[in-house]
Amino acid sequence: MIKTSTLQFAYPGVAPIYFPDVDVPQGATLLLRGLSGSGKSTWLALLAALVPPRSGSLTVAGKDLTTFSRVQADAWRARNLGFLPQTLHLSAALTVAQNLGLAFWAAGIPHDPARIDAVLTALGVAELANRLPAQLSGGQAQRVALARAVLMQPQLVLADEPTASLDDDAAHEALQLLHSTAQRYGATLVIATHDARVADFFEGASGAVEGGVHTLQLPRLPNAGGRA
Amino acid sequence: MTVFSLAWRYVWSRPLSAVLNVLLLGLGLASITFLLLVASQLERAFQRDLAGIDVVVGAKGSPMQLILSGVLHLDVAPGNVPLAAVNALKNNPLVAEVIPISLGDNFQGYRIVGTSLAYPQLYGATLADGRMWDAPMQVVLGATVARKLELRAGHSFTGSHGLGAGGHMHAENPYTVIGVLAPSGSVLDRLILTDTASIWNVHEDHDEDHGDGHEGADHTTAQPHQDREVTMALVRYTTPLAAMRFPRWINTTTAMQAAAPALEVTRLLHMLGLGTDVLRAFAAMLLLTAGLSVFIALWNAVRERRADLALLRMLGAPPAKMAALLLTEALWLGLLASALGLLLGQLFMLALAYLLGLENSLMLGGVAWPAELLVVPALALGVSLLAALLPALGAYRSNVLELLQAR
Repeated sequence: MIKTSTLQFAYPGVAPIYFPDVDVPQGATLLLRGLSGSGKSTWLALLAALVPPRSGSLTVAGKDLTTFSRVQADAWRARNLGFLPQTLHLSAALTVAQNLGLAFWAAGIPHDPARIDAVLTALGVAELANRLPAQLSGGQAQRVALARAVLMQPQLVLADEPTASLDDDAAHEALQLLHSTAQRYGATLVIATHDARVADFFEGASGAVEGGVHTLQLPRLPNAGGRA
Repeated sequence: MTVFSLAWRYVWSRPLSAVLNVLLLGLGLASITFLLLVASQLERAFQRDLAGIDVVVGAKGSPMQLILSGVLHLDVAPGNVPLAAVNALKNNPLVAEVIPISLGDNFQGYRIVGTSLAYPQLYGATLADGRMWDAPMQVVLGATVARKLELRAGHSFTGSHGLGAGGHMHAENPYTVIGVLAPSGSVLDRLILTDTASIWNVHEDHDEDHGDGHEGADHTTAQPHQDREVTMALVRYTTPLAAMRFPRWINTTTAMQAAAPALEVTRLLHMLGLGTDVLRAFAAMLLLTAGLSVFIALWNAVRERRADLALLRMLGAPPAKMAALLLTEALWLGLLASALGLLLGQLFMLALAYLLGLENSLMLGGVAWPAELLVVPALALGVSLLAALLPALGAYRSNVLELLQAR
């Protein structure tokens, strides 16, 4: 599903980052681990086809992302990638349903209210469809953001530090939801984290993860403290 | 969800800023709408009142005064000219028609104009009631006069001396209303028309009775019959080429002057134009300020929504779509401001028309939508889209890595 080989990325004027190779099957969970500044964000950006690598190859579901044009990359991302950012970034001006509708608009796909309703129902927040983000609790907001991530039934779901600001119980609940939702939609889950609780959770759950739990441990960069 | 509905929601997610921007832009546009309307109304009013009059012949003095008094009926006349001299004009082969105009009296502020039946015909006037005069001391009222003074055919009144209300009353020579004109939107609406002879009647009797001959420049004074005077003559040419020769001939060989209404009105509009330049500069400043305000609002919006925009990129929106979103927000502001500006401008215009109507001055008013008003939405969209260019570029370049790195 995700296969990289001698992937390298370089910011202008900074020593290049070398990423270890990965080979993760469909439906698996990949934990992207590393300290702050070890290149987690950069690796996620590469996986989202937001930036091209300096060298190396990166294929997702058989497609070589490094050969994409910008237009192809945008179109690919719209249909194949779900993203759960660390701060959820629900648009404050829009209701829950409209926030999900935004994904259709961004992707240039005809608006599909039935799909929005189905996903909100699957995540148990259908009754919040007409609320504004400011009227949601933290847990509800996370469910809505996750609904948005899986709306297009993507092959890949990227979660960026999903437990960073949560206490143990909430973190466990969030991971449980993330895991079960990814499984339900058959998506390969990539979690960027430096939180040990995430690894603990998936060690415990590994039996239940189709394709298994994989870890990509990024080494500390020689010039850590520069841009990550 | 379309880019329009989305942009609309984002505009109103900051209601105070949206209202401020629409208001600023709208006020600038209202000033411009107002200026355009005044210019077009004045021009239309003048064109209507000129009604094919090629030249006005009257006493020497200011040519503009002659036009203002005899054609637009706004000013007093420079003086009188002998009837014989005016009649002599008819013999000139360049002259197709001569219409005498005699001013001097009013009723309740409405001018009593002594003239011939050719004068209402010049404006294509039709009767709403009664008939045209066929004898002295019969009057036909303009539509506005009849409505405001509540006069009908059969009523009678006495004029007073001068062109404003409150002069000496000619009580011994009452006029009889014999007809009322249908509204024409021209200067006729606010005039009282009668035969030229009526004016002579009133003032000759007046002089005989009182012997206090008040000779005013604006007055058709009493004279022995052979020395009768009129205030001026409206002249139509037989050929446009007459414009080259006829006025010069009048000005050099007679004691009268010739003034071309088209020329004088152009001069007048030009003089008014100098005044409207100040208003125009004011409107331009308002628009500039509004543009700056829209720019600042959108710039802040892009900064505040950096993460939102980056997320849209993550959801697959191409950069051009983000720029389009920002431009559409500006478009909404421009559209709302256009509507507000046009509405306010028309309201200002109606208020002005109402005030001028009360003062019985130039005919303005009615809601008109001259094609020049297309400038207003064009300006609005131009200003708002220009203000949105840089913010849109910012949205175009929104960096998704910042979103990923927000720790």
